[in-house]
Order: sequence, then C-alpha cells, then structure tokens
Amino acid sequence: MQVDVAVLGGGNAALCGAINAALAGCSVLVLESAPKPYRGGNSRHTRNFRCMHQGPVGPLTGAYLEDEYFDDLIKVTKGQTDEILARKAIRESEACFAWMHTQGIRFQPSLSGTLSLSRTNAFFLGGGKALVNALYRRAEQLGVRVRYQTEVTHVDMRDNRVAEVVFTDEQGAENRVQPRAVIAASGGFQGDTDWLERAWGPGAQNFLIRGTQYNRGVVLRDLLDQGAQSVGDPTQCHAVAIDGRAPKFDGGIASRLDCVPFSVVLNQNGQRFYDEGEDVWPKRYAIWGRLVAAQPSQIGHVIIDSRSLNLFMPSLYPPLVSDTLEGLVEQMGLPTGASLASISAFNAACANDLSGFRPTELDGLATRGIEPAKTNWARPITEPPFYGYTLRPGVTFTYLGLKVDQAARVQMQDGPAENLWAAGEIMAGSILGQGYLAGFGMTIGTVFGRQAGQEAGAYVKHR
Amino acid sequence: MSNTDSPFVENPLGAIEEAARQVNICNACRYCEGYCAVFPAITSARSFSEADITQLANLCHNCRGCFYACQYAPPHEFAVNLPKALAEVRQNSWEDFAFPRALGRQFHRSGAAIALLAFTAFAALFALARFVGGVGDAQGEGFYRLMSHTVMVSIFAPAFILPMLAVGVGLVRYWRATRPESGGSRWLHPRALALAYQDAMTMKNLGGGHDEGCNFEDEDRFSNLRRWLHQAAAFGFILCFFSTSSATLMHYVLDWPAPYPIWTPPKVFGVSGGVLLTLGSFGLAWLKTRADRDLGDGRVWGGEMGFVLLLGSVGLSGLLLYGLGSTPWLDVLLAVHLGTVLALFLLVPYSKMAHGFYRLAALVRDAQRRIDRGL
Repeated sequence: MQVDVAVLGGGNAALCGAINAALAGCSVLVLESAPKPYRGGNSRHTRNFRCMHQGPVGPLTGAYLEDEYFDDLIKVTKGQTDEILARKAIRESEACFAWMHTQGIRFQPSLSGTLSLSRTNAFFLGGGKALVNALYRRAEQLGVRVRYQTEVTHVDMRDNRVAEVVFTDEQGAENRVQPRAVIAASGGFQGDTDWLERAWGPGAQNFLIRGTQYNRGVVLRDLLDQGAQSVGDPTQCHAVAIDGRAPKFDGGIASRLDCVPFSVVLNQNGQRFYDEGEDVWPKRYAIWGRLVAAQPSQIGHVIIDSRSLNLFMPSLYPPLVSDTLEGLVEQMGLPTGASLASISAFNAACANDLSGFRPTELDGLATRGIEPAKTNWARPITEPPFYGYTLRPGVTFTYLGLKVDQAARVQMQDGPAENLWAAGEIMAGSILGQGYLAGFGMTIGTVFGRQAGQEAGAYVKHR
Repeated sequence: MSNTDSPFVENPLGAIEEAARQVNICNACRYCEGYCAVFPAITSARSFSEADITQLANLCHNCRGCFYACQYAPPHEFAVNLPKALAEVRQNSWEDFAFPRALGRQFHRSGAAIALLAFTAFAALFALARFVGGVGDAQGEGFYRLMSHTVMVSIFAPAFILPMLAVGVGLVRYWRATRPESGGSRWLHPRALALAYQDAMTMKNLGGGHDEGCNFEDEDRFSNLRRWLHQAAAFGFILCFFSTSSATLMHYVLDWPAPYPIWTPPKVFGVSGGVLLTLGSFGLAWLKTRADRDLGDGRVWGGEMGFVLLLGSVGLSGLLLYGLGSTPWLDVLLAVHLGTVLALFLLVPYSKMAHGFYRLAALVRDAQRRIDRGL
C-alpha cells in the first residue's frame, strides 16, 4: 500500500490535517480506530470553537482580540501554557472560521442557554457530529482514503523518523504501511481507564468519560516509549461534574447538570464540601469535576427545592423527588442524620430577606457563619417537593501529550522528528497546562491540524 | 386524543412516550436548534404533554438533518432517531384525526389499495362513458362528446366537496388535540397565518437552517433537490387547481365551454402545472427509493409511494390527454385522467395528501406560539 501521508486518528484535527495534505497534492490515508457511527473522536461531541475576531463575523458578535483571548487563557490555566503556541492558536483561529466554512462546516447563532458565549465562540450548526460529517465529505471528495475500525498499534521510529506504521484492520489482521509523512491526531488517553487509574488512583474507575471510548492513548504511549518528549501532567484533564447516571462513555453534552448554584451539594457522608455559589456556572462547572473526584466514592449529591427547579437547563434524566428532605436523602442513599443536619445548618445560615435573589447574576445572597460558605444564591432548602441529582466527575480529555514546535512537529529527546507531526488533544497539553477554556480544544485541533497537514504536504512534495 | 383504536399500531401509546423520551434528550442537548422549527419549539418548554408531542410531530418536515448530526443516534444507547419517532406519532395522529376514522388507515398503509382505488375509478368512468347511454354530449366538443359537462360535475363536485369537509373535521380535531396546556392566546393572530404560509411556500423547514437543503437521498449530504421537487409538485398541483377553477368560471360566467385554446388560463395553468406536477411527483418517488427507510414511518412507505405515484399519474395523464386528445386514445386517456383525479380527490383526507393541511396547521400554531412569546 503506497501512501504519502498517514493520519492517525479521525477527529477534527486529523481531518484538518488530511484535507490540507490532500490539498497539497498528497495521497492520504486516515486510520480511524472507531467504527463509522462513532467516527470523529471527541469532536463528535463538541459544539463550538473559540474564535478571535476583529468585528462581528457570521454568528459571532462584537470583537474578540488576541490580548483578551490570551488573558482568558492565562486565567484558566493560571499561566500553565506555552505562550508561543498559545498565541499561534489564538491568532490563527481567526482564519479558521472562513476555512471551516469552505470545507462545508456551517455555523449557527449561540444556542439557547449559552448567551455568554455568543461573542467568543462560533457554534457549529448541528454540533460536532455535523462538523465531522462535513469534514469527512470534504476529505473523501479530495480523494482521502478513510479506514474505520483500524487501530494503530505501533509507530516505528528509526533515527527520529517514522519508518512504518503498524495497525490492526477491520478483521483484526495486522497491517503495515510505510508513509512518507505521519500526522498523529489520535487524542488523549481517557478511554483507557486503567491508565487513568495509574495516574489518579483507584477512584478513577468511578470517573465517567464524556466522550469517545476510542481515545485510549495507544499512539501517545507508543511514541512516549520511543523517546518523544512529553508535556503536561498525567493527572491534568478537562473534567466537569455531570449527571452520575450518565453512561460510562459518550454521554456528551446532554449529561451536564446546571443546578449546582441553586443547591446544596453533599458528599457521600452527608457533608457539604465547597461553595456551591462561588461564581456563575459556566465559570465553575469545570472545577466541580475535580471537586467531586476528591470526595469519597467520587460522588456528589445535589439537593434543590421546588423554587429552583426551573432555573436551570432541563436535565437528561428526571431528578429524584420527595415531599420530605428525609425521604429524598434516603432515596439518594445518604446517611439521614448527617445529611439533615448539614441542610439544617445551611438553612439556618441563609439570610431572612431573600428578595435580592437574582438567578442570572452574582447576587451576593450569602450564608453567614458556616463553613464552607455559599456566597451567592443562598436560599434555604425548604419548599417541597425536594429534588435530588447525583454528580460524578466526567472526563473530557487528558492533558498529558506530545511536545510540538510551532510547525506542529513532534519533538524527540534529541531533536525534532523528521516526518512526524501532531495535532489536537494529543498535543493540547502544551497549551492547556491546567484548566479549560470553552471551545479552545477545537481551536487547537483546527489550527494545528491545518498546520500539520500543510507541513506534511510540503515535506512530501519537496523532499 | 386516543390512538387505542388504531388497528395496525403495535404499541400506540408507546409512540408518544418514545417521542417524548427523545425530545427530552434533545432539550438537554440543543445542538440542532438551527435546523428547523421543531427545536426552538422544544427548547421553549421543559416538559411535553401528548398535545405538545403531536404538535412537534406535525411540525417536523422529516428533513433528517438532526438524525445525521445526532451524537446519540443508534448504536448509541440513547437511540435517538427523532425523524422516525416523530413520523410515527404524526402518522398515528393523521389516522386518528381522519373522518371517518375507519377510512383512513388502509390507504395510508397500502400503495396497493391506492392503486386498486385508482383502477376502480378508471374502470367505472371508462364503462360509464362507453357503455351507458346519454353520458356523452353529442353537440359537445372534445372529451365532452364522451362525457358531458353535467355528468362530470355531478361526479366530481361531491367527490371534491365531501373529502374537503372531512379534511375540515380533521383540522378541527387537530387544533383541539394540540392546544397547549399553557393556553396561549384565544384568537388566531393574522400574522401567524402569514408566517405559516410563508414558511410553507418557501419550505423553509427543508432548508436545513443554512438554506442548503436537507439530508435525504445521500445520507448526510445537504441537498435542495427534495425541496425543489416538492415545490414543483405542490405548485404544479396548485396551478392545475387554478386551471380547473378558471375553466369552471369560463364555463359558467362566460358561457364558454371547453375545449380552450392554448393561450387561455385553463391551458396555461394546466400545461405548466401538469409538467411541474409530473416532474415533481415522479422525482419525489425516485428520491424516496434512495432514502433510508428507517428514518421515517416504515409502516406507510408503500402508501406514501402509492400516493406520490398517483399524484404523478394525474399530471402525466392530463398532459397526455391534452397532447393526444384528438387521437383514438381519447376515451382511454380521459378515463385514466378522470379516474386518477377522482381517486386523488377521494383520498385527500386519508392519504399522504392530508399532510399538507396538518403541516400548515402546525406551522400556524408554531407561528402563534412565537407571536405570543414576542419572538
């Protein structure tokens, strides 16, 4: 099998790479480990990308300039980023908007319930799977060959160049291909729960994986074992608190829960553990994954009363419901005495005058005299019926990755790889040392995917 | 509304519940908001009654954009296939609203039943013209020599008026069954009618939100082909209707009986409408063979196919009648054309033809909802 460029992975970054390599005139083979209905990695669950822009463009309102974008990144990562790569991603995101449109991706106004993102994030019409469909159509139109259910097991590095790619095909048979250039865009390792457990400890088996189960980090591990430089901390990942009843994999966006700011959250022992009203939910949901992960059995229990039921986005599953708090905590499997005591203490610490309650802004309606305090939206849980949800950590993707340079070229211990580039979640840890900025994963994937495709194409053509 | 007397629905209450289950998932996801009118209607509510689901089902144009974009489509365990779930609810609702109910189901389901009805109508009219004395008009010109104007009117006037009355009953039933629990305004806003007609005329909801069309004949590829073919069939049908109406006026008001020369409204509307109706209908039938049957209501595939072929046959036989009217084929072609038209009229409330009325009613209700909410 003769091929100029092999692309390992089948999500947004992989297809951006494949398209640009094909546009450069290369023959391209995409090796996607998922079967066709699950193709696209985590991209199939995404909904937008964060896009720098000088003025209103498409559905994006206002302007979002480089410095503000970079400041936003610094805030969430607490400075754990590579400024050169980060600024490249930010600057080039502006050109990505038109480029994506050319590839067949369509955009829509910010979805209901996401108004806070209408200036910074361009939403894909139909979401990430529609984006993935458009990219596959475009790639196939350009002659890119796509093989599904093909898992790359080994990327054979000789003298800092890829000599051969080994993969198992749809029938489970071992295949070998000797491409002239390779783009690794096969995601993080969160689909491998044993690896997660090695990084996080036994509690990791209780984590839910919000996205694809096919990102098992096989290529990442294989390249790290052969001397590729790594970036990022294996314990860092994008993790949010999601409905504890969501499936182990692929629960996606629908499993999110937005009720925490209007609730009390207890752990398995019936104790509160963090300020539920610290900030508006879009700014806090990403830290709650880690908060819940640190609790016994990696579980949190959200309790609201009837006054708050309609203040948040509808949930995937209906909440547990009871006319009494006692009945609810029993249904939730919580210790009755401790749980009721926690709620009573919380209720007693709430203000008498609740008229300042403003669900959509920081209202300063805070508790007094309890630890942890609830600093906004603190209304006592007193109006039956009472409703309960379970929270579990939902991992989106892991940050341990390959170190790349500005050209997306993979860095080995003793210098850059000659014919290997990386894009997407497999290298996003360079830019996201910790924390997360909504829609930035897709920005990194698109910018570095395009770059990798262009570089690989130029390498094949000019060698 | 109850579906329990529907004989061929395996689990009639299950259709509503299944659609409601899926709609709840959509409401927690919302990625498809930009595709069509169904999703903004979903996201404006938190829970969904049978009335709400019936309204959503009739609002759905089966463009299938949401299915191909759905991260929760089978084999995902959430098994979301909203076009199919809504198609089944929609089909059940049409059978339920049909008056009389017992008439509808057979034709919805069976293309063979439609073909049989059309053939029976053809045979009866052919026999009437050929073997029954006094049916033709010896002084008349063209086809009136075979069947007089009076005979045609005495057959087709009731065959048109009675089914339209049945459609009226169905629409009243629809309107009552989809009344939102929250009420809404008591009176229909005129602007709701205008918006609904605009959406129907442009088939905005088959535009995919970007006006590049729907996902029908080639999986997730967007194409306006189905939209254009439907427009051709629908406008062709309307032009044919204008043709007949203008001929009726000319006959009674101007005392100018057929046949009419080519430059007169009956011919101008009739020929252009016939061409559009024929191309549109047979085109839609061809597209239907290429689409995934599992994204619609599989129980009525045959009935839908039979209906669209009947519609195409009306157009084609009308054109042939015009082209070959002075040949010995006249008597056969006349019977074929009148037979297919008669079958079509009789089937309006009991076949896919009913969708136009219910869809328009759903668009009106949705426009009213938006106006009530100040959108």
